[in-house]
Amino acid sequence: MKPPPFRWSSPGTTAEAVALLAADPRAKVLAGGQSLIPLLNMRLASPPHLVDINRVAELDAVEVTGDGVRVGALVRQAHLERDEAARKVCPLLGDALPLVAHPVIRNRGTVVGSIAHGDPAAELPAVAALLGATVRIASAAGVRDVPADVFFVAPLETALRPGELVTSVWFPAVPPATGTAVVELSRRHGDYALCGVAATVDRETGAARAAYLGVAPVPLVLDLPADDPGGYAAASVDPEADIHATAAYRRHLATVLTRRALAAARDRP
Amino acid sequence: MTTRVFGERVERREDPRLLRGEGRYLDDLGHDALEVAFVRSPHAHARVLDVDVTAALDVEGLVAIYTHEDLPGRLADPLPLLIPHPALTAPRTAHALAKDLVRHVGEPVVMVVAADRYLAEDAADRVRVTYEVLPPVVGLDRAEEVAAHLVQEVGDVDAALAAAPRTLELRLDIERSASTPLEGRGVYARWDADDQRLRVYSSTQTPTSVRFAVAAILGLPDSQVECVAPDVGGGFGVKIMHPWPEEVLVPWAARLLGREVKYTEDRREHFVAATHERAQEQHVRVGFDDDGRILALDVRFLHDHGAYTPYGIIVPIITSTQLPGPYVLPAYRVEFSSLYTNTVPVTPYRGAGRPQAAFCMERTVDRIAAELGLDRAEVRRRNIVQPEQMPYDLGLTFQDGRPAIYDSGDFPATLRMITDLIGWDDFPRRKAEAAAEGRRIGIGLACYVEGTGVGPYEGGHVQVEPNGRVNVSTGLSSQGQGHQTVFAQIVATELGVPMEDVHVVTGDTRRFGYAVGTFASRAAVMSGNAIALAARELRAKALRIAADALEASPDDLEIVEGIVRVKGSPDAAIPLRTVAVLSNPLRYSFSEESRAATQFSLPVRGGPPVPRGEAPGLEGRDYYSPERSTFANGMHAAIVEVDPETADVTILRYAVVHDCGNLINPMIVEGQIHGGVAQGVAGALYERMAYDEHGQLQNASFMDFLMPYATEVPHIEIAHLETPSPLNPLGIKGAGEAGVIPGSAVLAAAIEDATGVAIARMPVSPSELFELQGGSA
Repeated sequence: MKPPPFRWSSPGTTAEAVALLAADPRAKVLAGGQSLIPLLNMRLASPPHLVDINRVAELDAVEVTGDGVRVGALVRQAHLERDEAARKVCPLLGDALPLVAHPVIRNRGTVVGSIAHGDPAAELPAVAALLGATVRIASAAGVRDVPADVFFVAPLETALRPGELVTSVWFPAVPPATGTAVVELSRRHGDYALCGVAATVDRETGAARAAYLGVAPVPLVLDLPADDPGGYAAASVDPEADIHATAAYRRHLATVLTRRALAAARDRP
Repeated sequence: MTTRVFGERVERREDPRLLRGEGRYLDDLGHDALEVAFVRSPHAHARVLDVDVTAALDVEGLVAIYTHEDLPGRLADPLPLLIPHPALTAPRTAHALAKDLVRHVGEPVVMVVAADRYLAEDAADRVRVTYEVLPPVVGLDRAEEVAAHLVQEVGDVDAALAAAPRTLELRLDIERSASTPLEGRGVYARWDADDQRLRVYSSTQTPTSVRFAVAAILGLPDSQVECVAPDVGGGFGVKIMHPWPEEVLVPWAARLLGREVKYTEDRREHFVAATHERAQEQHVRVGFDDDGRILALDVRFLHDHGAYTPYGIIVPIITSTQLPGPYVLPAYRVEFSSLYTNTVPVTPYRGAGRPQAAFCMERTVDRIAAELGLDRAEVRRRNIVQPEQMPYDLGLTFQDGRPAIYDSGDFPATLRMITDLIGWDDFPRRKAEAAAEGRRIGIGLACYVEGTGVGPYEGGHVQVEPNGRVNVSTGLSSQGQGHQTVFAQIVATELGVPMEDVHVVTGDTRRFGYAVGTFASRAAVMSGNAIALAARELRAKALRIAADALEASPDDLEIVEGIVRVKGSPDAAIPLRTVAVLSNPLRYSFSEESRAATQFSLPVRGGPPVPRGEAPGLEGRDYYSPERSTFANGMHAAIVEVDPETADVTILRYAVVHDCGNLINPMIVEGQIHGGVAQGVAGALYERMAYDEHGQLQNASFMDFLMPYATEVPHIEIAHLETPSPLNPLGIKGAGEAGVIPGSAVLAAAIEDATGVAIARMPVSPSELFELQGGSA
């Protein structure tokens, strides 16, 4: 469990970082390293070049306005978890972040890294998809913004192209009178959930929307009907069986957790 | 009267050092050593056709690549069968490096030595091994090849079953788990060409045995090999195995290359190349009367032994002989078959066959209660051995080849204590209240008796230096038990010296050469008693010398706080350190203290300065070798809540009553129970080895092997009962494994009580419980 040899670069600016990525399309970006380093150590990935963005200070910023929260690529999960202004504008971030692995992992792991990794079992991609977040991507060719619903393509596959760097993610503010909640069931505290539901409920119209993690190839966002939303969710998800749970159990959880998430979101003060 | 720290909650003296990060674990040693990586079989069963190392040769920093062809003499032979048994008719052990055949994924095929582990892995990646893949056997339902078969019977089981008013049959299953210590295996060796000596450091539970094994296999005299167990980050049984292939290959390479060589196992290797335990399939027939009294028990079980049997059939023998637990079984037959599969070999893991035994017996008792509509505690009360029946002979042969005889215990008292502690009698009311709120809660109870302190022996050495420092050594090693604390408590109490003066060394063959090892809940019983006997020998000698100096009778002397004094007249006294000076008559003086022992200082008496029958120095050495094992016992009770919709299980309360005889340090015993219960919860709710049909372990990481975190382990309520063992001087019994034994049994009972669904297979996940409930909420 030691990585094979690789070249390591440590740019000081976003411009330098994207120049390095443009020059070496097989290069990988290293930020918090909580997914990449285990892949390297187990020799499941062997990129010839790591572009380490930890020195790029301009990426280590959280911008909060009344419209939403912009999270830079170097912002640690633990940092955002403790950012009260961000949690006020986007309570879902505050709900979801404590469910991401363990404190020591959140101390290193970045919010943007989790989204760029595109794991359909992770909380932050589901939150991004539910809120209609926008992923800002830089490359030698310039900057483009990609909506979350087209960013996530397949398990661990995103719209990110070789040579590109996600510089930030914009989470729009939750509208007034909207309650939010995240509910999940995992085998142990901090594990990837067998099934998880992030939900928003408009308390005036009753309109409910939920994002599902762990039960579809990408974060699945559903506009839920007022009548039997749990049954609708169970019919819509596409879970797979693994050593931890059957597909039928995960589908069942989608029903139960939908009900619980909507109730929690509705009751939220 | 004197310093009695035996029995006190003395804080662990190991902890400040370990908590400050000052521990010296295997990988902390040998910074400049060459490092080793192995090419391991990716197949569960295959013929090794060819090894091509060409592509690896240009890796910078490569030092050597070895295959089986390179191994000389006994190193080329199969590794030793450590514990032969007449019933083990088809034993099989692995080669240090695979010869022709591999029988499980992870078996070492090629050894690579390089400047560091990174480069060693780079080179290992480039070695090309050609295999002819053979069909693997995975799982007990497909296993056919019998390693061993053994039947033990007490009474006439067939007749008793035929005559029993009622009978029941059960089929039970327990899955695989493993010790998984946080520190994996590791070995570091250096050959000293000047001294012609090989020093081996190993993260082992058995350093003296590693020494003898390495010497024998490498063809060296014992006197040229020494083995040290440094700080060891947990063992739980897996580090009992020896010699591991790595444990002989690394010293061999160190000597051959004349360089320091180190191997530190990584986590993935530990999952596929160390050992596992637990998996059994059990078939039970039980006969009983209308009052729930057991008349006959007939158990047949299959034991998945994995690819090899290096540790013999100790695990299924323990299951067989510990299955009766605290119950009177008028007729008992147990028959097992140990079967080979193409998976990691099975050797003892904390509990060592007992969790399976307790699961079998306790599930059976619960089924009897259910069948008769009787209270589960009441059925236990009617069947347990009574105090006046002690010593109670099971009529079985235990794992040490000696009769299994319960030496002491008060099982009715233990049962009363556990039902009081958990609130057993009041639980139906609580359950009904919870049900009214739509909650499902359930309670379970499980008992065990644990044979501990198996022989053949351990030794202890205690010595007082002229400065008053008391050195204690024993040959067995420590993996976190707190030996430096409890052995010091014993010596401080026996000698009458302050505990701060006592310094304990374990697991270093340079200090104490003869030992067996730390496993089977034996260290406190074996080394504890040996050290106490050595301290008593030293004390007697100190009193003889002091009596001479004080012109008193040894019988009139006592030792208090390190001072030998005449009882009743404390002014007539001499410090123990001065006695140490006097014990060693000197020609030369190097210090103020030693001046008193030089030839012109001592009074001239008849006879030689060191009388015949005495030896210079104030020290004692003794051994403790028990006639048979001593049996501890205990009972656990748990209350669980099962989510009616998700089938998720939450442990609301977990209570333990434990009787390991006299307690040396209650806090350390409780720590042992905490760790054991954590592993019991693991085996009941979380851990399994998920092999696919190809023999690939699908969860060989801490991400997918669900070792519980602190967040999954409940608060544990503990009460002690102290029924001394009559078998040893300190009246103590082992406590290391107890906590894990009834975990699966008690949680199965509680989940069954909460859900009404029969639990016959452990572990059980929420997904499985959901399926057992019929796949509906």
